[in-house]
Amino acid sequence: MSTQIEQQETETEADEETEPEVESPGDRRRAQRDERQAQEQAQREVEEETLDDEDTITLKVFRYDPEVEGKQEPRFDDFRVPFHKGMTILDALIYARDHYDSSLTFRHSCRQAVCGSDALFVNGRQRLGCKTQISELEDPVRIEPLPHQEVVKDLVVDMEHFYDQMEAVEPYFDADETPDDKLEEQRQTRENREKVKMSTRCIWCGACMSSCNIAAGDNEYLGPAAINKAYRFAMDEREGENRKQERLRIIEQEHGVWRCQTQFSCTEVCPKDIPLTEHIQELKREAVKNNLKFW
Amino acid sequence: MSQSYNRGTVEDFGRWREFTAGMWAWIFHKFTGWVLVGYLFTHIAVLSTSVGVDPASAQAGSDLYTSTLSGLESLLIVRFLEVGLLAVAVFHILNGIRLLMVDLGVGLESQDKSFYASLLLTGAIVVASVPTFLGGKLV
Repeated sequence: MSTQIEQQETETEADEETEPEVESPGDRRRAQRDERQAQEQAQREVEEETLDDEDTITLKVFRYDPEVEGKQEPRFDDFRVPFHKGMTILDALIYARDHYDSSLTFRHSCRQAVCGSDALFVNGRQRLGCKTQISELEDPVRIEPLPHQEVVKDLVVDMEHFYDQMEAVEPYFDADETPDDKLEEQRQTRENREKVKMSTRCIWCGACMSSCNIAAGDNEYLGPAAINKAYRFAMDEREGENRKQERLRIIEQEHGVWRCQTQFSCTEVCPKDIPLTEHIQELKREAVKNNLKFW
Repeated sequence: MSQSYNRGTVEDFGRWREFTAGMWAWIFHKFTGWVLVGYLFTHIAVLSTSVGVDPASAQAGSDLYTSTLSGLESLLIVRFLEVGLLAVAVFHILNGIRLLMVDLGVGLESQDKSFYASLLLTGAIVVASVPTFLGGKLV
């Protein structure tokens, strides 16, 4: 197992370091640390051996950390994790982190597909860790950070560009006219609510953006999530005509909706089942209708 | 953070394990499109260099045009390439119709099924065409 090899290496390195006769406090601390690591390693081996072969799964997890010497070259670590019914990818990762390697880094928060923190590339596809059942996947489970984003550490990617694109479509309700009475509600018709319903479900996990290979090749492309956000507000009838025109200007620019080549990758991977391609296509038609004049 | 790990294009592509129907449709559409563009130019080049203007030899069936085409048809590889060309053209047409539907917003939920349907139909038409293309005698 790759972690074992790595830890043996650090041990031998540390042995060389402690050779000088005079022992400094640093050396002592390093020796203690090595001892502790060796103990943890032994404990881990015992723990892994006692696991019944029948109900364990193997995780192959992408590891990378530019700040740690042994991890600057990306590699995959194996973790054998006991399986229980209903276990998700996130559960397995949490188990591996808590029992085997506390340096294993990944984002998670709500564990119920609401916060959108743990979109991962699992067995060759973008999935939400907390929503993906391990029983649905083939063993070993290969877990990587989202493609087309820079890796910060282990499974953590830099989401800054994704957030920039989301902000670019001005994702907030902004009506032309607000009611005079500030306490008055701005009501939406049921039909209109139904129309934007699916688009409001976005949790900003970034799976769609990562799956889109147009977005991968064109950093200016708004991407499925941002266009979906634009759809949510452009289709909201309460905002008024002026605001809609402004929104369409953002949507129909060169790197807006027209970059979409209807590969349906985003729609396939969306953990909230938002029909992203459908929304993008509808905005394309909206943009054409807006500009086409026959007289 | 001081650095981050930038995965190169090649590695990105190698990461993909699961292509879905829409992605395959896109790849095939691009590929067949380029093949058709290539064929178009070959077609123009071959025909434009084999136009003869001698009525007498045309009557006799020995002019440049006839001899070029029958020369090509006598090669087995050309017969197979013709079958391939038909396959490429038929798929491009059928998937083009599918994309038109997608652009019109018709049946987006069954886009994967329409892709499989266009593959099957392409296969059927190509198989049916084999006797026509390969049946004639190689002169």
